[in-house]
Amino acid sequence: MFVNYEIKSKELEIVFEEEIDHHTCSKLAIMSDDNIKKYMPQTVLFNFEKVSFMDSSGIGMLLRQI
Amino acid sequence: MDNEMKLEIKSKSSNEAFARVTVAAFASQLDPTFEELADIKTAVSEAVTNCIIHGYENKDGIIHINCKLFDKTIEIEIIDFGKGIENVEMARQALYTSKPELDRSGMGFTIMESFMDEIKVESIVGMGTKIVMKKNIGEVK
Repeated sequence: MFVNYEIKSKELEIVFEEEIDHHTCSKLAIMSDDNIKKYMPQTVLFNFEKVSFMDSSGIGMLLRQI
Repeated sequence: MDNEMKLEIKSKSSNEAFARVTVAAFASQLDPTFEELADIKTAVSEAVTNCIIHGYENKDGIIHINCKLFDKTIEIEIIDFGKGIENVEMARQALYTSKPELDRSGMGFTIMESFMDEIKVESIVGMGTKIVMKKNIGEVK
């Protein structure tokens, strides 16, 4: 997972690259949280283009982020 | 029955990916589409995750996965000898989770039911839970 922060638009793009399941999602949620707290963006864009697999654990993680 | 395999894994979350990929590899013999394989992998992931989080409550246990291949159907059994489900009907309800503190979406059973053609749940409190799921491969929808 990596992030891109656009200063002008205050948009934080969070790019997920790994499979998102129960095993990976707690770590991803924490990293995501930390970046949102660090940048305090106005908008967050979750980019799933490179995600090859996600189950309902990922949905739970997303809901929590939102 | 044309073919079968049995797998036993420790109830560690690091085995979730292994379980779904193994079942998918076995299912490949039926020449499924990419989408059918994705459906199977997701359903297996949900069931195995349930064994870990709910069945064994993140403690050590063994999860049994038995797969059978018929002409155009795969049957997948996922069994744990953990806590068991008190009220199966309630557990199967969309968005219901007995562990909201863990940020669970409560969609596991809903996804299994949507992605597989048939699902049966047998459970005895204090003894364990067995999920039997079937999917017909190559069905024209």
